Amino acid sequence: MSLAKGELAGPGKAGAKAKAAAKSSLWSDSLRRLLKNKLAVFGFAVVVFMFAVCFLGPMFSPYADNKINMALMNKAPSAKHWLGNDALGRDVLTRVLQAGRISLTVGLASMVLSVLLGGLLGIIAGYYRGVADQIIMRVADLLLTIPSLPLLFIAGALLSEWKVPPDYRMYIVMIMLAIVGWPGLARMVRGQILSLREREFMQATTVLGLRSRRKLFNHLFPNLVPLLIVIATLNIGGAILSESVLSFFGLGVTPPTPTWGNMIDAANNMIDFEKRPWLWIPPGLSIFVTVVAINIFGDGLRDVLDPKKGR
Amino acid sequence: MKDLLHIEQLKTHFSTEAGTVRAVDGVSLHVRAGETVCIVGESGCGKSITAMSVMGLVEGPSGKVVGGAIEFDGRDLLAMKANELRTVRGNDIAMIFQEPMSSLNPVLKIGEQIVEPLMEHRKLSRKEARARAIDLITLVGISRPEQIMDSYPHELSGGMLQRVMIAIAVSCNPKLLIADEPTTALDVTIQAQILDLLRSLKDEGGMSILLITHDLGVVAEMADYVVVMYSGKVVEEGEVVELFNNPKHPYTQGLLKSKPIINQRKDTLYSIPGQVPNPLELTESCYFHDRCQHCMEICRTREPKLKDVGQGQKTACWLYEEEALAHV
Ligand SMILES: Nc1ncnc2c1ncn2[C@@H]1O[C@H](COP(=O)(O)OP(=O)(O)O)[C@@H](O)[C@H]1O
Ligand code: SF4
Ligand SMILES: [Mg+2]
Repeated sequence: MSLAKGELAGPGKAGAKAKAAAKSSLWSDSLRRLLKNKLAVFGFAVVVFMFAVCFLGPMFSPYADNKINMALMNKAPSAKHWLGNDALGRDVLTRVLQAGRISLTVGLASMVLSVLLGGLLGIIAGYYRGVADQIIMRVADLLLTIPSLPLLFIAGALLSEWKVPPDYRMYIVMIMLAIVGWPGLARMVRGQILSLREREFMQATTVLGLRSRRKLFNHLFPNLVPLLIVIATLNIGGAILSESVLSFFGLGVTPPTPTWGNMIDAANNMIDFEKRPWLWIPPGLSIFVTVVAINIFGDGLRDVLDPKKGR
Repeated sequence: MKDLLHIEQLKTHFSTEAGTVRAVDGVSLHVRAGETVCIVGESGCGKSITAMSVMGLVEGPSGKVVGGAIEFDGRDLLAMKANELRTVRGNDIAMIFQEPMSSLNPVLKIGEQIVEPLMEHRKLSRKEARARAIDLITLVGISRPEQIMDSYPHELSGGMLQRVMIAIAVSCNPKLLIADEPTTALDVTIQAQILDLLRSLKDEGGMSILLITHDLGVVAEMADYVVVMYSGKVVEEGEVVELFNNPKHPYTQGLLKSKPIINQRKDTLYSIPGQVPNPLELTESCYFHDRCQHCMEICRTREPKLKDVGQGQKTACWLYEEEALAHV
């Protein structure tokens, strides 16, 4: 049979394209489009820069031991201490970078937890439906109706009440953020699965007599990955912001473990605010720049990957 | 000869907020081994839902098979457990859809999608399945099968994708292929090629085809036996030659009149006046009555039953019933 000749020769059809197709994949296609979005690339560069500087920077700092030095208390920026010194005479620049390690780690880790939890529960709810769906979505709805900040505040206050050691608080904050983060995520994942289930190619897998497991992992999941990447990225920004707010109010990660939020909190009186901007501007700006950069990058990713925009 | 597929008085209803939609309402049809049966009718008359009922695809809270029987190869499909049904689907009965583009997973390579049923039903290893897949792609008339294996659906044309769908469908040598408007979304020239392909596969493999279409040209080319549906019911059926030469039901006559005839140019094509009735507003009657030129009193109040009118042809129309004449 040589029926397909006419089709192969057609312009824009498989003939010439198939060659390129062998090399190109959907991912490299998406990457190419992402690189065209200059703003998103810039956002990504800033995020990478923040991570690199925070994680590597302190290694090159002579003040990384955080020695308390009352002689340098609240000193303004100088050649030796570029961003000045804090109330205990520690180098602000070094501390901002060390705080960045914690804030970024908390943001990243709570994102991973949220995505695992929300993704898994969303998949179970959307794919298996039934009672599991009912229970998961009721709990998610409940958590979503309570605004997350007050919830976090209460949890943070409890941590203080129970005198949880500062070393552990960081991990507990990650878990707290994941607990408020998963419901929105689960709902999005579930919604996506429900709409994917209705797609004809999912019906086709039923018609082919494929097993549930294969339908889920081979067919549904790959279609879910782009959405997961986008929400995961945006989720990091949100988590960093929430952690900062909590820590600012002394309810998140507490000193001596530095985070951007609790560094701003250290400058929470009028005198520090007006007279010693080097105490709060660096951590404040770090939060702002990081979160905005992550969101810009996330939006760029969404433009490229969002299934609703079609490929 | 024994029927391969035997549908008896199938009823598939949807409960909607506005009321019950009787999408398929007492449809009986039979497909014998090696036979091509066409279901024909205008859009919305229940062709797809009939096919989906066979495949067990009507599910969920709103749609349900509420009556009748579906037997395949002597086995009751409606009574089958999910696991058993899974071994029939894709293996003994395969199905292809109207839109090849949306029937393939956009993020999986073609090759991956062809090997899946082979690994599932034939228990082939990935390597064996791949080799078989390449044979299948060649079989459906696509050159350079290796390249196609590594392509994504959006990189191929509609005609190519439908070939791929057919390759997937016939991969496990099904006894029955259900094709729901397989050429409707394609260019005319490609349509003819796809029909040729289906016919040659059928002749080689001896499978039966249940072909759904609204296009009588397709019927003429493919069918051994034709079932005409209207508003969820069978209104006429018969051997293709008989039915084309001697259509009994006014609806079939209308369909045939509206079929474009090659070499005979007309400015406007005839189409049956009026529209398919709203399925929610149907009361007992001949559902075709408000579009029928021969409509009689009895047609508005009583439903004509499908009745033998000779030459193996059956029709559901009061014009052919003595009872109606007595009524007048
Ligand atoms: N999910 C559904 N809910 C309600 N009605 C439906 C649903 N699916 C199909 N129908 C109705 O069933 C009838 C038959 O549809 P279908 O079998 O798809 O027609 P076609 O002959 O064009 O393939 C239509 O009137 C349609 O409105
Ligand atoms: S039963 Fe009456 S209305 Fe219906 S097709 Fe026959 S003549 Fe027309
Ligand atoms: Mg249809």
